Amino acid sequence: MVVDKLKRAWISPFWRQFKRNRLALLGGAIVILLFLAAALAPLLAPYDPAEFDVKKILEAPSPAHPLGTDQLGRDVLSRVLWGSRISLLVGFVAVGIATAIGVLLGSLAGYYGGWVDALIMRFVDVMLTFPRFFLLLAVIAFLKPSIFTIMGVIGVTGWMGVARLVRAEFFSLKEREFVQSARALGARDHRIIGRHVLPNALAPVLVSATFGVAGAILTESALSFLGLGVQPPTPSWGNILTDGKANIEIAWWLSLYPGLAILVTVLGYNLLGEGIRDALDPRLRQ
Amino acid sequence: MKRGFPTAKLLLSILLGAWLLLALACGRKEAGGQAGGTPGTWQPSYGDSIVEASIGDISGLIPNITSDSASHEVGSLIYNGLVKYNKDYNLVSDIAESWDISKDGLVITFHLRKGVKWHDGVEFTAEDALFTYKTMVDPKTPTAYSEDFRQVKKIEVLDRYTFRVSYAEPFAPALASWGIWMLPKHLLEGRDLKQSPLSKNPIGTGPYKFKEWKTGEKVVLEANPDYFEGRPYIDRVIYRIIPDQATIFLELKAKGIDYTGLTPIQYTKQTEYPDFRRSFSKYRYLANGYTYLGFNLLDPRFQDKRVRQAIAHAINKQELIEGVRLGLGQEATGPYKPGTWYYNPDVERYPFDPAKARALLGEAGWRDTNGDGILDRNREPFKFTILTNQGNEDRKKTAEIIQRRLREVGILVDIRIIEWAAFINEFIKKRKFEAIILGWGLSPDPDQYDIWHSSKTGPDELNHISYKNPEVDRLLDLGRHTFDQEKRKAYYYKLQEILAEEQPIVFLFVPDALPVVASRFKGIEPAPAGIAYNFVKWYVPKELQRYTK
Amino acid sequence: MLNYLAKRLALSIPLLLGITIISFVVIHLAPGEPVELGTELGPKSGAAAKQALRQLYGLDKPLHVQYLTWLSRMVRLDFGRSFSPDGRLVIDKIAERLPITILLNVLELGLILAVAVPIGILSATRQYSLFDKATTVIVFVGFATPDFWLALLLMILFGVHLGWLPISGLRSLNYEYLPLWAQQWDLIRHLILPVLVAAFGGLAGYSRYMRQSMLEVIRQDYIRTARAKGLPEEKVLYKHALRNALLPVVTILGLSVPGLIGGSVIFETIFAIPGMGQLFVQSAFARDYPVIMGILVIGAVLTLLGNLLADVSYSLVDPRIRVGREG
Repeated sequence: MVVDKLKRAWISPFWRQFKRNRLALLGGAIVILLFLAAALAPLLAPYDPAEFDVKKILEAPSPAHPLGTDQLGRDVLSRVLWGSRISLLVGFVAVGIATAIGVLLGSLAGYYGGWVDALIMRFVDVMLTFPRFFLLLAVIAFLKPSIFTIMGVIGVTGWMGVARLVRAEFFSLKEREFVQSARALGARDHRIIGRHVLPNALAPVLVSATFGVAGAILTESALSFLGLGVQPPTPSWGNILTDGKANIEIAWWLSLYPGLAILVTVLGYNLLGEGIRDALDPRLRQ
Repeated sequence: MKRGFPTAKLLLSILLGAWLLLALACGRKEAGGQAGGTPGTWQPSYGDSIVEASIGDISGLIPNITSDSASHEVGSLIYNGLVKYNKDYNLVSDIAESWDISKDGLVITFHLRKGVKWHDGVEFTAEDALFTYKTMVDPKTPTAYSEDFRQVKKIEVLDRYTFRVSYAEPFAPALASWGIWMLPKHLLEGRDLKQSPLSKNPIGTGPYKFKEWKTGEKVVLEANPDYFEGRPYIDRVIYRIIPDQATIFLELKAKGIDYTGLTPIQYTKQTEYPDFRRSFSKYRYLANGYTYLGFNLLDPRFQDKRVRQAIAHAINKQELIEGVRLGLGQEATGPYKPGTWYYNPDVERYPFDPAKARALLGEAGWRDTNGDGILDRNREPFKFTILTNQGNEDRKKTAEIIQRRLREVGILVDIRIIEWAAFINEFIKKRKFEAIILGWGLSPDPDQYDIWHSSKTGPDELNHISYKNPEVDRLLDLGRHTFDQEKRKAYYYKLQEILAEEQPIVFLFVPDALPVVASRFKGIEPAPAGIAYNFVKWYVPKELQRYTK
Repeated sequence: MLNYLAKRLALSIPLLLGITIISFVVIHLAPGEPVELGTELGPKSGAAAKQALRQLYGLDKPLHVQYLTWLSRMVRLDFGRSFSPDGRLVIDKIAERLPITILLNVLELGLILAVAVPIGILSATRQYSLFDKATTVIVFVGFATPDFWLALLLMILFGVHLGWLPISGLRSLNYEYLPLWAQQWDLIRHLILPVLVAAFGGLAGYSRYMRQSMLEVIRQDYIRTARAKGLPEEKVLYKHALRNALLPVVTILGLSVPGLIGGSVIFETIFAIPGMGQLFVQSAFARDYPVIMGILVIGAVLTLLGNLLADVSYSLVDPRIRVGREG
């Protein structure tokens, strides 16, 4: 019953609007395909991504190796497929961390207002003032550049937008009737936050998370370029692309495919995010 | 371009550009250049510039207090030592015209050239040499090269051009240590080296004068017309700082760079087209250094010799040379470069033999008791991490291949790549590692006291694997305290036998240096010391000159 | 106006303090001690020398003392000396690189605005048209391409194969021998690729923001009223709507400064441009703490300035604010 209600009030109009946006559908399709590729990587990959063969260094694409081989004679297709898992993992965990921090601090600020709000928002301002990439670099260079550090640091430096969104949503919602009445009925703070306000704030957060995943994947590749990305032999798109950079002229396949993978994925997430946002925003509806 | 690494010893292969610069620095006999143009058809003439690429900026203009190879390269064109290595790695005259060594080897008397001028016109005298010595042993001087000078017992200036050094006991690397860059007393005395005007505007005696250093962009040197060996032919030397390897190569192809080192892939696959062959000469010779897998011998697992030998058997060195160097290198069997007078070719070798590796590990108690494919002992799986430094593709690939091969005999390996400063300070010095892949750069003198002697295991010292063997200690002592080459050879032969048998580190391979120089440069003569030793004699014939202001 | 400025400046002070504290925390996250670099690879430098260095940099004092000392020096723009072997003043090192980074970023931002604003307006007024869709895809492709990869591809095309543009660096080697006009032309040629690549990646943000903002404005009542009054569509859009739609874009200008500065790390590395981004990477790798702190603080100050500038221009454009503040 609840589901039905939700569907009528929220999902259906959303979907009606969303499906009219072909670019958004394309983005959605890319994202789904990507998930499939990542989930099925062990089945789809023709080789073990770490299996090298020094007799097959930098071989051009062929039936045996559809996307060619890399500088250690490893199969690029298998590495790109397995890399999709790592790149997505980085994206999702980083965004998960950012969203968790953002929602927490944003809720606190939005719900309590006053000095709590002032303090948290000052902190947000400070964080927004830093060149984020500098902060990332400094922290990763100092700590161990493992996949966990990378996800953690991207997350910890990327929550400010979410916090602002959630806070803004709170300010607009908390004076509304249903929240007021819940409070009048004596509902506890955390209950009001959890049951009434947060669900309403989720839509914009979802949109921002979609963009966030794309950003995190790009950030990982930029870190890889500087040698601070995911460490070998674990393949990520960023580090395969970086490996390919040195041989870009004789082994175009080594940089082209991971490069395209990043491009298409990030594009997909962005189109999807835009689509969701447009579909959610009543003001933009035609 | 480095003409003999002064305090010799070893340079722990240096910062980001290690191989690139190493490739330029050193070489050996079978150097086979494909030099363009037949010698003799061109006339040496003055002029033109040479542009080199460096992946990292220099860290200072006084090489005595820096430790990166880029600074040493630049410094070596600005400064001179008393002696230097020639193309066959023999010590020859530099500022010192000649020298006498007493019968017992304890006293060296240097006779300096007369009329050697600092770039500001002041004459070089024995006082400058004395000042350099004092600077090197001054504890306030932040230098890594003071050790050799601490062996000096007495030092005296006999007259303006004569200078005598005495040692307490015979010290084989003594003469070579005087290749240290000489510093001008009249400009530096009583000043802090780092803060002195010289650190921004160096004054040396060398073939090139300092022109400018635009940090992060370039260093420019200009020919010293009054150089005591004659004005160098090439008017300007420009080091361009380009922090990305791929960009360096693109610049090379676009002819924006005249001189750099190639990677094996570039050497074999990316430079074999007609335009490149017309425009550049490639050289190839064995480099002065080797790559190794080192164990932390404080770790009980690696204290068992059988485990180390097993790992040596589990690694396919040919595959490494094939995969990492595309065949451009040689198997390393010990800590010396093949072909030198002290290199012992007949030591124990460890052919690729996984079965034997497994058997040896079994003897040491490592068996796969739970069937998960990983060896274990007392329920402890055999698992360790290999650390190496960032910015070195060779080492990264080596680690990846070794990881795979060790997995096949049941050892689980993690790889961690750490940027240089942290790698040295946080892991190597603190002994916080299980295994490392690193390289040693080698000097022409076989004394490796600092690497293998058991007294050199302190945090700031180079025996970071904590190797201790009384017999090795004895041989190292004997070897450095005699001048008799035959005796030294015998000691170092024996040393190599022990090291090969014990495998405190697995000696992996000696790479080839692969420098490339624009073909308009003539006068390059590959020799055991590489190509850079006669840099001042390189020239561009008038009709080929490119940069004419 | 002056009042407003003063107020804004005063508000920046707590931000600045926060910035310095975070920089300081970041630095002390690092395991191990920063002093070791001066004697890096100095197997022969003794423990005594290290202790001396430690005292020199005050690292033997408690953290809060270190922070306060550092802060008081920072106020005077004295960031100390670099730990790197050159031992130069941090402020000098930053000062010689800052103009390059600022030049690059200003050019980049200019190009982005020049292209993104028209795209945003046109796609808003023609929502879901072919133009809208095509530009959406193009700007997102720009955003989604790893920039070092794009940079390399363009270097190969324009630098190696066509030979039209220099590959890397900021100036040709014969720069100082060129006449003035040729020097400027030389500089421009070197800047084309980096600015192009950087701007392509930044188009998406601004053009989408502009589109969004325009879409919202043209649905407002007063626009409908203007239309109803029978004003020509052009006039409605470009006189009434545009002005209001541009306002939010001005505000994000300031906020985008940190992103631009951060991005310069990649461009400066791949194009071998000796700017602040490059310096930062090298210093982070070498754990050159004074330089890292200096750049973090300067970068943040630049952002504050950017915000301030944006606010001021906002108040100039938007009469409501000006009147509100002065009245």
